[in-house]
Amino acid sequence: MSAYNFAYLDEATKRMLRRAILKAVAIPGYQVPFSSREMPMPYGWGTGGVQVTAACLVPEDTLKVIDQGADDTTNAVSIRKFFERVADVAVTGQTAEASIIQTRHRIPETPLTEGQILVFQVPIPEPLRFLEPRETETRVMHALEDYGLMQVRLYEDIARHGEIARAYAYPVRVEGRYIMDPSPIPKFDNPKLDNSHALQLFGAGREGRIYALPPYTRVESLDFEDYPFTATKAAGQACALCGSTSSYLDEVITDDAGGRMFVCSDTDYCASRVAAQSQEDAA
Amino acid sequence: MSTQLTAGFTDPARDGARAFRQVLDAMAHPGRIATLDGLQAPAPASPAAAAILLTLVDSTTPLYLAGAHDCAGLRDWVGFHTGAPLVGPSEATFALGTWDALGPLSAYAQGNAEYPDRSATLIVELDDLRTGGAILTGPGIETEAQLSLPDLPALTANAARFPLGLDFLFTCGHRLAALPRSTRLRAC
Repeated sequence: MSAYNFAYLDEATKRMLRRAILKAVAIPGYQVPFSSREMPMPYGWGTGGVQVTAACLVPEDTLKVIDQGADDTTNAVSIRKFFERVADVAVTGQTAEASIIQTRHRIPETPLTEGQILVFQVPIPEPLRFLEPRETETRVMHALEDYGLMQVRLYEDIARHGEIARAYAYPVRVEGRYIMDPSPIPKFDNPKLDNSHALQLFGAGREGRIYALPPYTRVESLDFEDYPFTATKAAGQACALCGSTSSYLDEVITDDAGGRMFVCSDTDYCASRVAAQSQEDAA
Repeated sequence: MSTQLTAGFTDPARDGARAFRQVLDAMAHPGRIATLDGLQAPAPASPAAAAILLTLVDSTTPLYLAGAHDCAGLRDWVGFHTGAPLVGPSEATFALGTWDALGPLSAYAQGNAEYPDRSATLIVELDDLRTGGAILTGPGIETEAQLSLPDLPALTANAARFPLGLDFLFTCGHRLAALPRSTRLRAC
């Protein structure tokens, strides 16, 4: 598409994004403000992730886009097609083949490798927002490492529910300094944030924030000594398609009579396991 | 006025994207040496430093040219290709020069507690850039990395101010290495 600049955005915008990304990498977990642009998709559809991806893409990249782990949902398909058109990059569904992976709400099951970039779409980047609505105040709280309120909030969960009642967007502490919202990934994925081989970038388009986790960064999920963090998923279930007991599962309603099945949320992981099993059966 | 300006990127969008990925890779892996090819720079700027300028600097980012880099040839080139306002160290978002010309580090914006990102990035031209010397640990580094750094005490003091502090891009010819403020340093 020669009518558009490479990767859609103009060069001045990309430079602004690139400067923000570099500062984000230099201060892991800190939210760098940036001047978010209007994108040809509504806020909430991954405009932050799309802008970060556009700023990072090179023509030689292979792009994978997932939405809740799946390559074939509307959001993932439309973003993948967008970059195929405006950046002419190769695309893939396979985690291991991709050099950049844009994701909404999951980290792939296949371990990421060095050189890969994982771009998260983030709706609400500020982990303290629901505790303190004023941006001026949350900024001071981050500056002073005044994170007691977050611990109180987790404690209140335990007092009320007997456990920390947060299944997704579970807050983490980065390198012992900034508390960060890992975007609405299930807390099952939190351990994958820690000491990852890949560079992890987070883009919030509506809120105008970019933050980052360089590779090999210490990321701890907040907890208490007597209530340690646990990465949970649907208990006692295996994937109905590939039989995996270790992957994160989606519950799918199959009829209106209470029928349901559990399947891997990561479609690439599931499909590659099914393919390997059918090969074994054939052999 | 110099008589002849050297060209910028042949294909600004794609060359700029490739250059940025090298800078990003370096910043995400402190101590790792990346290469930036394909740009003829006006003396005394290295090709790597020139590529960084074209990739990150524009009319919204005040630039400080330190020492010998503050010459007519480079001023014209920067003005034509980037439009960056040329300023002193205290106002600069980016600064370019040799280590001795750039100092002292306290002259630059360090960021503030609420906005630690509002700090300068220094592009430091070195005669020698290689693996070896000071030991680097921290985010982006699996175990340890080594890099020939110009002034360990000053850089250690910079890292101690985290989350405030400066970020460094070291250049030598076509080569580039980065040292963000998050990297912890010690002597070999």
